[in-house]
Amino acid sequence: MQKQQEQQTRNCKKINVYGPCANEFVSSNTGSWRLERPVVNFENCIKCGICESFCPCNVITIHKELKESVEIDYDYCKGCGICVNECPKNCIKLVAEGSVE
Amino acid sequence: MLEVKHQSKGLVSHGVSACAGCGLEIVMRSAMRVLGEDTMIIIPPGCAALFSGFGKETALKIPGFQGNLENSAACASGLRAALNAKGNTHTKVLAFAGDGATVDIGIQALSGVLERRDKVIYICYDNEAYMNTGIQSSSSTPQFASTTTTPAGKNTGRKDLVQIAISHDIPYAATASIYNIKDLERKIEKASEVDGPSLVHVHAPCPTGWRYDPSKTIQVARAAVETGCWIQYEYENGKYTLNYNRKALKPIEEYVGLQGRFKKMSAEDKKTMQENVKAHFDKYTGKMI
Repeated sequence: MQKQQEQQTRNCKKINVYGPCANEFVSSNTGSWRLERPVVNFENCIKCGICESFCPCNVITIHKELKESVEIDYDYCKGCGICVNECPKNCIKLVAEGSVE
Repeated sequence: MLEVKHQSKGLVSHGVSACAGCGLEIVMRSAMRVLGEDTMIIIPPGCAALFSGFGKETALKIPGFQGNLENSAACASGLRAALNAKGNTHTKVLAFAGDGATVDIGIQALSGVLERRDKVIYICYDNEAYMNTGIQSSSSTPQFASTTTTPAGKNTGRKDLVQIAISHDIPYAATASIYNIKDLERKIEKASEVDGPSLVHVHAPCPTGWRYDPSKTIQVARAAVETGCWIQYEYENGKYTLNYNRKALKPIEEYVGLQGRFKKMSAEDKKTMQENVKAHFDKYTGKMI
């Protein structure tokens, strides 16, 4: 960390910028934190979009025209379960990681 | 220039190292959705600093600056002055600080900005303690809440930030909650449109510090408003509007019972808290109607 910051500072001094300067837009691998993953039962889903609006990681996308309307990006989903708790039709469930594929 | 290594839907990266179920992430994403690309952000150290990133990595696509805990408002004011000097009046300046950096440490800088009438949007996300350093009590912690510095429960009530801001006679100030995202986004949009300083105080539950299950973040935020522990209102040019007016408030047990930090409260404490909440709510509704 220290070394990384010093490197940045040295490069920036040429143009009179002091301190580390961030210039890479990255996403951490937060999907590896997850112990349980949300799985949607599309039978009862009414495509209301409540899960999409409350997801803290913004990983849910709603496709209104498809049958499997809720797409969850498991690369970044932390498995917090807010979508499970807020779903008005209770059609999202948390299942242990590794038990389904 | 910014090198985009991972794609994302909005201006905020998907993989931010905030805790699972963090209320702050929802506030940040809503703010970025409303304010858009033409914004510069000032973030003090704290949980929000996860968005300004580590070393050369960042989680935001907009330019920003990480100042010190006490001077986020002063930095925003300086940035505004620099932009004005360059003739740029369209770029929005946003200061995004937690309750510790606003209500405790940064209040003199904030007061200065409000007095100077700089066109700055100030968003305070309130998780009711210093969560990033290990749940120490702040002056925004409610009465009876257990933190690492007040293990038996805090003895005194909280500061009223929005009333402090309103007493500077600013054009726009509001409180909001993450359970009503439409309302929150509307308030941030209004705050960005006024000519002068504006403050939005957002209630952002913290699963780690409040000791509840991460899946209940929205439920806790909703319960806070329904029991009257958090009052949603806005103040615009001398006029108050209450955004949630329930004639019968729910008992505080529905909010307090969800959280581990209120576990040590006795029945008598709960009675006192219920009375205080009721008196506080009545004071506000009386003021607004």
